[in-house]
Amino acid sequence: MVESIPSLAALKRHIASLDRAPARDACARFATGHAPLDDALGGGLACGRVHELFGEGEEEGAAAGLALLWAQLAGGEAPLLWLRTQGAARVGGAPYGPGLAALGLDPARLLIGTMADDAMLLRAGIDALRCPALGGLVMELRGRAPLLDLTASRRLALAAEASGVTALLLRIGGAPTPSAADTRWRVTAAPSAPLPGNGPGRAAFALTLLRRRAGSDGQAWRLVWDRDRGSFGDAGDERHDDGRDRADAYAPLSGAELPLSAGRSAADRAA
Amino acid sequence: MVVETVRGAMRLCSVDADALAIGLAPGMTLADARACEPDLRVFDADPHADQDWLERLCDGCARYTPNAAPDGAAGLMLDISGCGHLWGGDDALAADAVERLERHGLRVRHALASSPEAAHALARFPGPPAPDEDAAVRRLPVEALGLDPDSAVALRRAGLRTVGDLASRPAATLAARFGEEAIDALDALLGRGHRPLAPRRPRAAVRIDRLFAEPIGSTAYALKILEDMAAQAGDRLAERGEGGRRFEAIFFRSDGLAFPLRVETSLPIRDAPAILRLMRERIDALSDPIDPGFGFDMLRLTVPQAEKLAPTQLALEGGEARREDSVAALVDRLSIRAGRARIQRLAPRDSHMPEQAQLALPAVEPRAPESWLERADAAGEPDDPPLRPLHLFDPPQPIEVMALLPDGPPRRFRWRRGLHDVARYEGPERIAPEWWHANDGAIAGDAIGRTRDYYRVEDARGRRYWIFRHGLYGAEATHPAWYIHGLFA
Repeated sequence: MVESIPSLAALKRHIASLDRAPARDACARFATGHAPLDDALGGGLACGRVHELFGEGEEEGAAAGLALLWAQLAGGEAPLLWLRTQGAARVGGAPYGPGLAALGLDPARLLIGTMADDAMLLRAGIDALRCPALGGLVMELRGRAPLLDLTASRRLALAAEASGVTALLLRIGGAPTPSAADTRWRVTAAPSAPLPGNGPGRAAFALTLLRRRAGSDGQAWRLVWDRDRGSFGDAGDERHDDGRDRADAYAPLSGAELPLSAGRSAADRAA
Repeated sequence: MVVETVRGAMRLCSVDADALAIGLAPGMTLADARACEPDLRVFDADPHADQDWLERLCDGCARYTPNAAPDGAAGLMLDISGCGHLWGGDDALAADAVERLERHGLRVRHALASSPEAAHALARFPGPPAPDEDAAVRRLPVEALGLDPDSAVALRRAGLRTVGDLASRPAATLAARFGEEAIDALDALLGRGHRPLAPRRPRAAVRIDRLFAEPIGSTAYALKILEDMAAQAGDRLAERGEGGRRFEAIFFRSDGLAFPLRVETSLPIRDAPAILRLMRERIDALSDPIDPGFGFDMLRLTVPQAEKLAPTQLALEGGEARREDSVAALVDRLSIRAGRARIQRLAPRDSHMPEQAQLALPAVEPRAPESWLERADAAGEPDDPPLRPLHLFDPPQPIEVMALLPDGPPRRFRWRRGLHDVARYEGPERIAPEWWHANDGAIAGDAIGRTRDYYRVEDARGRRYWIFRHGLYGAEATHPAWYIHGLFA
């Protein structure tokens, strides 16, 4: 017992030398523009990391929109790559240029890769993450995606760290499994602030932070994309509020008291 | 022998020499042939495979001359002007080619002539040796002209049996009786007109050959040599201030087959490691790997397409980013591995029909000059929410809609077995088909397109959809159908 303490300390030192923790603290972050969210994350989401976005099959529009917008915020003027599978293109519809432009994403800077299957998509994803000139990568995986295990996601995370390219894993209809992602989110569409005449307003997203490396999780926010400012803002947009739907003008949900969802799996906590 | 189905009957389309000897001929029905000789070996005709095989042989003949082309369904035409001395004379070259082809078990007839047509005819209608080419051609039967069978029969009836007979008659009377084609064919055969050969491969900007004394049995070693050749090609391109957009490496096997590898880049390059990296990606993506067989005896690297590329200086510290780190290199790599059409870029297209307002182009192709941001409908007014969806379904998916009035806004709809209550909507935005294209906007089963009334709707949980009613109620349709066309973010 006595001699095990020095050997334990030596092992810890050895592990510390293998770990890349110092690099993690000093990484750059990109701000979303939504103050409470940025504050909670210490200045925004980390660049050069993998972020997982989970969305139900019904929420693919919102989840894909948020992933693309975050990729653009992370990458600035650099080109973006959106990798999907043939199956996703069949079920979920094709990316639509005028719609991308309407969100403030320049379709000319977006490359779309339609891969035959998940294995090819993950391989292409690793390659893309090794290319530092890329602004951001969105990888769309549907269903359980058994190929994206801890090893595969660790590989993606290492490639992203080496090149500084931010990867957004868009998981449509998947359940969280252990992974090396920096943050993990659940994304749903949120009711928008209505236009006069009760028309749908700007794109609004409801986010729940499911997990975060080295930090607290469980908070929820509501983000509204402001195309003209090029950043996310708070929910209320008073200019268009006709007063009738005051109850719908959501205040941002306050911090960490929000109860965890009952469906949250043990694996999710363990990861 | 080979059979194919012609007019409902199995007929012989080609037969070998033994079959000819017992009186079988192309055109007979298989039943008749079986009656003559019950023990026939019969194969189905596969013209596409034959053509493919012929083209591969033709590529293999590039070892003799760059100007090689398939000639008809069963011939190869080589323009060997100025190539013979490399092989110790034209006859030695021909003998080598024939020997190589016969190694495949082919029966080869060949002829050398000063015009492609004469060579074509002499190879197909062999005769006794003649003192010179002109005499040989004049001795050919009239069928060698390649006229239709009726004309050939008519010529024979007129007592004109050989090309020489024909050539001695005045051209005007022949043209009056058999048409201009007969005169053209005669001139071509006698070498009076000049028709250039259209080679299967156009001449490349840069071509580098490497011949080996002994065949190389290892693909890895062949790739090492290819890298050396790529560096040489890069030097030549640099001298001309160009970079290659396409590269082709051909591995010539000693038995006459050739394996071509083609890669394409989105920007001109001339960097040997980059070219080799793309070639390796291509080899990895091949469905059947390159088989060295008895070894490669020649390698060829060509640059079929080159474009201007300014001379580069050596990268200084903190200078220009390395080429292999650029997005263009990534696009090349992914396009070669996954397939050219899998990596795409969206280009705008001037159309009011939503599904025709964009084109997805391979990202390897040069960037389209049009800009998205100049388009009026793309962004809308500064304060507007997005008016077009992020995902578009093509074709639109049918949904069941409940509305208070047949031409009113939707109240509730069912899509993918889920029921959605409409909480907010905006519309209709009416998009009519372009009248100068009557078929635009038609959805499966419709003859002509109908007017669409688009609504942007948001359901109670905040999901935003783009749905439309197909056809004006009362005017174009009694029960207009509804479709979902897109998903907003």
